[in-house]
Amino acid sequence: MALDRWIALVLLGICIIYGYTAWFTMDASLAPFMRRNPIWPSTFPKVLSVLGVTASFVILLGLEKSEEWVGDIDHRRLGDYFIGQALLLLGLMVVYALCLRPLGFLFSTVAFLIIGSVILGERKWHLMIPVALIATGSVWYLVQEVLGIFLRPLPYFLGV
Amino acid sequence: MLEGILIGLQTALSMQNLLVVIGGCLIGTFIGMLPGLGPMSIIAIMIPVAITMGDPSAALILLAGVYYGAIFGGSTSSILLNAPGVAGTVASAFDGYPMARQGKAGKALTIAAIASFAGGTIGAILLMIFAPMLSTVALLFHSPEYFALMVVGLSAIAAFAGPGQVTKALLMTVVGLIMATVGEGALFNLPRFTAGIMDLQSGFGFITLAMAMFALPEAIFLVLKPKNLGDNGGEIKDLRITRAEARAIAPVIGRQSVQGFFIGVLPGAGATIASFLGYAVERNIAPKHEQDEFGRGSIKGLAAPESANNAACTGSFVPLLTLGIPGSGTTAILLGALIALNVTPGPRLMIDEPQIFWAVIMSMFIGNLVLLILNLPLIPYIAKLLAIPRNFLIPFILFFTLMGAYIGQNNATELLMLVGFGVCGIALKFANYPLPPLLIGFILGGMMEDNFSRSMQLYGGVSFVLERPMTLALLIIAASLIIVPIVRARRAR
Repeated sequence: MALDRWIALVLLGICIIYGYTAWFTMDASLAPFMRRNPIWPSTFPKVLSVLGVTASFVILLGLEKSEEWVGDIDHRRLGDYFIGQALLLLGLMVVYALCLRPLGFLFSTVAFLIIGSVILGERKWHLMIPVALIATGSVWYLVQEVLGIFLRPLPYFLGV
Repeated sequence: MLEGILIGLQTALSMQNLLVVIGGCLIGTFIGMLPGLGPMSIIAIMIPVAITMGDPSAALILLAGVYYGAIFGGSTSSILLNAPGVAGTVASAFDGYPMARQGKAGKALTIAAIASFAGGTIGAILLMIFAPMLSTVALLFHSPEYFALMVVGLSAIAAFAGPGQVTKALLMTVVGLIMATVGEGALFNLPRFTAGIMDLQSGFGFITLAMAMFALPEAIFLVLKPKNLGDNGGEIKDLRITRAEARAIAPVIGRQSVQGFFIGVLPGAGATIASFLGYAVERNIAPKHEQDEFGRGSIKGLAAPESANNAACTGSFVPLLTLGIPGSGTTAILLGALIALNVTPGPRLMIDEPQIFWAVIMSMFIGNLVLLILNLPLIPYIAKLLAIPRNFLIPFILFFTLMGAYIGQNNATELLMLVGFGVCGIALKFANYPLPPLLIGFILGGMMEDNFSRSMQLYGGVSFVLERPMTLALLIIAASLIIVPIVRARRAR
């Protein structure tokens, strides 16, 4: 089965769960006075679930004719591309998200920028380190000091 | 009116105010390039500076400069990095980014600058002429008309459906609409589809979704298939627009500036709908061979939303200046600034304080002109950003997508959602699902449901469709925007 149909299958599942919630469970907690309204919080989701299920079925059953399409990157031959680097970068983003608060913005961001470049094959440390330090410092200064949006600069155990 | 224009020019052209507008444009452009910081946040940040200036005219001139600068800055990140930081610049990425990838970043930024300048200037002329008259028309729009207007905005999805993609575009729109229903709606005040997760109470963040669907998949694709963004054979610094190109985009800019302005006048409609609709209309009326170019680096596809969103921003000043009603988030903040400066906008502003009213309008002309003069020489340097080696550039793109999502919501969970949605975006891109309809559905979904619900409550059902002629007319326009391209495609076969 082609990838677009697999995705349609997943979306069909999501629409069914969404629709089930809208049609059968959502209205249970509705206050009596709201039941007299011509529109309920579930009305719009009910319509959307029907549309979603219908559109997913049309794709899943291949009712709309379309030619097979291969873009810039053929997903069936992912091994031919730099898939390892891509996965490592996505993993690095997750680690950055988890470390941003406990380790502070400055340390997390410098590490993210340097490790990101290393994953992509860069080894010019004399460039990577100063670029990461200057960029991190500038963004932190702009966001926190100039714009006044709080970004914890240092790790939590340093008390800032 | 002539007297007013002269008063406004005298105020706006003083040396102090010229320096203020130049400073405002530069600050707005550079901060606006950061995803997550749209005109609204930048103006909010600049209000204390404006208030300390004391002179209301100078303060408003500064804020107008910041406003236009921020809009242009937002377009820059959309075009160069496919990272739209605000909803109004999403449509600029559809063709602007493909142009940048083809090595035409300089040209794309030049078209954006010229279209923005023209949109803003034409909008300001229309504002001068029609402001008092339009304010009364804007008040005729009620919830049913707004609902119908959102449906017209959604009809833009037809513009993204290539051959055999109509159902996929529809499904993506529905997914966007479904995502917009997550969290507490404005009307019902009940959390929906949150699965008890506190972080979902306020729904998904727009910037998170925009970054996940646009910037992140592009950056990952650049990792999978290594290529420097500046390696496309073109001259990325080249700003030149040929005579044929200028002839092609001139009518587009003219049409979309006028259409964008009138959409911007309607409170709540704003630059987002104007830009989507501008894009859809231009694609629909383009000759068949040019329609296929849309989404692949069409200059018309870039000029249309750029001129429309700038004209709409100017249009949103109509209800603010003439009625004291803010038509958008940005003008709401400007209203706060005006009040803090002891200026009460409304029908009497033009009579009681003409120097302020006209200085604001003149500062729009001057702000747009200054922005063009300042930015055209800067474009080669801004475009050079793409010449940075990918080993350095990609971590920075990823970092800015993360920062955009973080600044927008100030919540680390948002970053995890960004990665999760980003992976979904990559899978959808592999399977040739068009992603813009998802974002359009998400942006318009909340407003559409609120206005639909309000209309249903007011009329006790869907009778408002037949009882309000303007609603019916708008819905017919929406249906034709979807049906006409399909019929045309069938006939062409």
